[in-house]
Amino acid sequence: MIDNLNILLPEIFLSLSIFTLLMIGVFIKNSFNFIFNLSSVVLVFTILIILNNPNDQEKIFLDSFIRDAFSNYFKILILISSLFVLNSSKNFIIENKLNKFEYPIIILLSILGMFFMVSSNDLILFYLGLELQSLSLYILAAIDRDNLRSTESGVKYFVLSALSSGLLLYGCSLLYGFTGTTNFEEISGQLNKENTGAVFAMVFILVGLAFKVSAVPFHMWTPDVYQGAPTSITSYFAVVPKTAGLALIIKFMLIPFSSILFEWQTIIIFLSIASMILGAVAAIVQKNIKRLLAYSSIGHIGYALAGIATGSISGYESSIIYISIYVIMNIGAFSCLYLFKKDGQYKENISDLSGISKKQPLLAISLLIILFSLAGIPPLGGFFAKFYIFTAVLEQKMYVLGIIGLLTTVISAFYYLRIIKIIYFDESVIAFEEVKNKTAQISIFISCIILTTFFLYPSIFNDLVGSLFTS
Amino acid sequence: MNFPILTTLIFLPLLSSLFIFISKNKKNNLGFIYISLFGSVATFLLSLFLWYSLDLSTSEFQFVEEKSWINNFIKFKLGVDGISILFIVLTTFITPVCILSCINSVKDRVKEFLIAILVLETFMIGVFCSLDLVIFYLFFEAGLIPMFLIIGVWGGPNRIYSAFKFFLFTLLGSVLMLVAIIVIYWLTGTTDITQIYEIKIPEEYQNILWLAFLSSFAVKTPMWPVHTWLPDAHVEAPTAGSVILAAILLKMAGYGFLRFSIPMFPLASEFFTPLIYTLSIIAIIYTSLVALMQEDMKKLIAYSSVAHMGYVTLGIFTLTKQGIEGSIFQMISHGLISAALFLCVGVVYDRLHSRLISTYGGLVNFLPKYSFLFLIFALAALGLPGTTGFLGEFLVLTGTFQKSYLIAMIATFGVVLGAAYMLWLTKRVIFGVTKNSEIKTLSDVNKFEIIMLGSLGFFVIFFGFYPAPLMETFSVSVNNLIDNYQIAINSR
Repeated sequence: MIDNLNILLPEIFLSLSIFTLLMIGVFIKNSFNFIFNLSSVVLVFTILIILNNPNDQEKIFLDSFIRDAFSNYFKILILISSLFVLNSSKNFIIENKLNKFEYPIIILLSILGMFFMVSSNDLILFYLGLELQSLSLYILAAIDRDNLRSTESGVKYFVLSALSSGLLLYGCSLLYGFTGTTNFEEISGQLNKENTGAVFAMVFILVGLAFKVSAVPFHMWTPDVYQGAPTSITSYFAVVPKTAGLALIIKFMLIPFSSILFEWQTIIIFLSIASMILGAVAAIVQKNIKRLLAYSSIGHIGYALAGIATGSISGYESSIIYISIYVIMNIGAFSCLYLFKKDGQYKENISDLSGISKKQPLLAISLLIILFSLAGIPPLGGFFAKFYIFTAVLEQKMYVLGIIGLLTTVISAFYYLRIIKIIYFDESVIAFEEVKNKTAQISIFISCIILTTFFLYPSIFNDLVGSLFTS
Repeated sequence: MNFPILTTLIFLPLLSSLFIFISKNKKNNLGFIYISLFGSVATFLLSLFLWYSLDLSTSEFQFVEEKSWINNFIKFKLGVDGISILFIVLTTFITPVCILSCINSVKDRVKEFLIAILVLETFMIGVFCSLDLVIFYLFFEAGLIPMFLIIGVWGGPNRIYSAFKFFLFTLLGSVLMLVAIIVIYWLTGTTDITQIYEIKIPEEYQNILWLAFLSSFAVKTPMWPVHTWLPDAHVEAPTAGSVILAAILLKMAGYGFLRFSIPMFPLASEFFTPLIYTLSIIAIIYTSLVALMQEDMKKLIAYSSVAHMGYVTLGIFTLTKQGIEGSIFQMISHGLISAALFLCVGVVYDRLHSRLISTYGGLVNFLPKYSFLFLIFALAALGLPGTTGFLGEFLVLTGTFQKSYLIAMIATFGVVLGAAYMLWLTKRVIFGVTKNSEIKTLSDVNKFEIIMLGSLGFFVIFFGFYPAPLMETFSVSVNNLIDNYQIAINSR
């Protein structure tokens, strides 16, 4: 029994740390800094624990919890990205008076929720993990409670997300009703094409998940929440829950719904094409950079879904690679936002970026790399992400999806170029202050180095991801 | 081959750009220019060594380097043959010339400009060295980034529109090529072109894949009707940008036809020959007529480039020995001549800040050396015997006559039009009455300008009289290309 607990060790460690941190926060006054640093340590330790954990498949608690290479990969991705998101935003949090000790703790709680999501092998555990994550995210979206925008975005997110959770739960209960089990593998055995009710359940579950990763047409909350929430929260929203959501979609397609492949494939193809097109077109007219990044993230999710839509292992792999590179790019992009500061205010208008190429050439060139990478221009990392996706898509002879996807990259290149135009070509209107923000600068630096040197060894993620689906 | 000479060649400019990147900003920018000149001249010498040590008696790829790149999928494969070596040498020769031209023409952000030029050189050499479709695509597309910045940051008043048009046109063409590359991978199981040559792509796929490649190459060539980005880009780009664009970037497409379209899709190449003929003829006649009407010198030369590239595509798709050799020769010759003409415009633009033909007139009285050099290149551009321009067009037309009298006659008419606009330009700029009093105050070409224009002029005349070194370099490779094409056509 004790041996079995090793399987759950990361989760146990994380939850115990959360309780401890909570106690420290309650009993020690002004302990934000201490708790913040400690939670970074907790994240690092959790990474170490997972790395120490073997990758072979193990199930416990009546097969409801599963530990395998797949869940471990996503947990590490979630932890590393949270670590970077959290640390790069520290100065921002303090300057915007968001330095309540609950902040890092709630983030840890949401990570715990995601851990259970990616490790779930059962509808109930999956739903519990999802709710733990969502509840934490509602609070995070509204954490700047004196700010009207932030509160509004929190409420908006809560209402819509609760609705989607409801749909998801309804789907889960339908699925249970039609198959008589909540275990993923058993569901997979029960499902077949004649089971119309199960197809209904699948649609509801997909809608719920599509909402969480903000795929069109369930994306409405994304631009408002991205813009309204404080930047530090937005960067967390853009990176971490997306990863977990995508992992879940892959998991559902891989195990419970594997026997109704054709049915869900159609839906995912639609979601993918709609997201790619809307992400590309709607971003063109945006003036606020956070809103623009919201639409850009919608577009990127479209590409990641295109990989899943293939229904093949190589497609899932390409999708995981895509989301991993997406995380790297977005951490870089959001860290840049912490450096756009004038008179103590953080600037979010794209037109304010004019002239940083003269005053802050290093920041300008970093943004250049990140934006071209987001646009998917070789030889940067973003190109390889798209390349793997389209290789997988065309392997399945889905030419329409592939061509639409590549044409939308041209449209989306336009709005990334527009930002570059403002940075490099336009006369400077305002000049930002020199911001001393070591952690954000380090994040940008690491992100840029990875993106520019990615072409030297582009199969780094293939090596990691290649072993995920062997079992 | 143990020493990775091609990798060194590709990354040498990148390395020197890194040097510039980390070196401190000093008061004058000559330091940066010397570093980049040193790097690019070293690259040039290395490429000359490569040319010298290339075995010209075989059409095999030489100096092949193969490294595992993406596991079980793509290999990083480089190599050169008789065709690509000339483009590599052209690239490495033009780049130092461009850097020299920066001394006078670029005043602002010189450091960044040099970095962009050197990074671009890396990508351009990479295009001509790569023996793998994905690697080729990687370098082909990557060149967009520095060129976009060169036009956008250092360009003229309408630079933003031009830079966007350039970038989006090219990207739109290229993504279809990417689809085709991936489809080829799934059809043949490899993206290594030497293997694809062997495997033979199924006939039913050839046409559609050929069109996808065309979409990219047609934009890059540029062929009518997707040539419209070129005049805009040329007019707004700074001198060095125009030079690189005209001399090298346009050649990537012609090279692409020779390296990819014809050997990989011989049947489709035969099938679409009439299409290419039509587009080339339209390009030659239509853009020559348009060039006649231009007020702006750079625009005139840009349209003449489209016409000249029309001969190139025409020659390639005659699929005869003379036609293809003429096209390659024409590409090299156009690389030298158009580069020189843009530099000539740059020289007077630096002094008077006007590209309008009407600003000038009677330059010969005050800038005799300049006028002499300008005349050489103008005559070379219209194809005067004794210059490289003549040989290229002559061979292309010889090749065309073997295939179709009608096409050849129309194309020959284009030569007359070419002479018309170039001579008229010369008459209006160099000769005639000096109306503009400012011209009297202009200084003649300085030593840097003499070096860059003189070296180009030397090669234009030298290879015009003695083309053998170039012809011998690509002769065997071209023979091999045509033989393989004939085999593929006959074995159908």
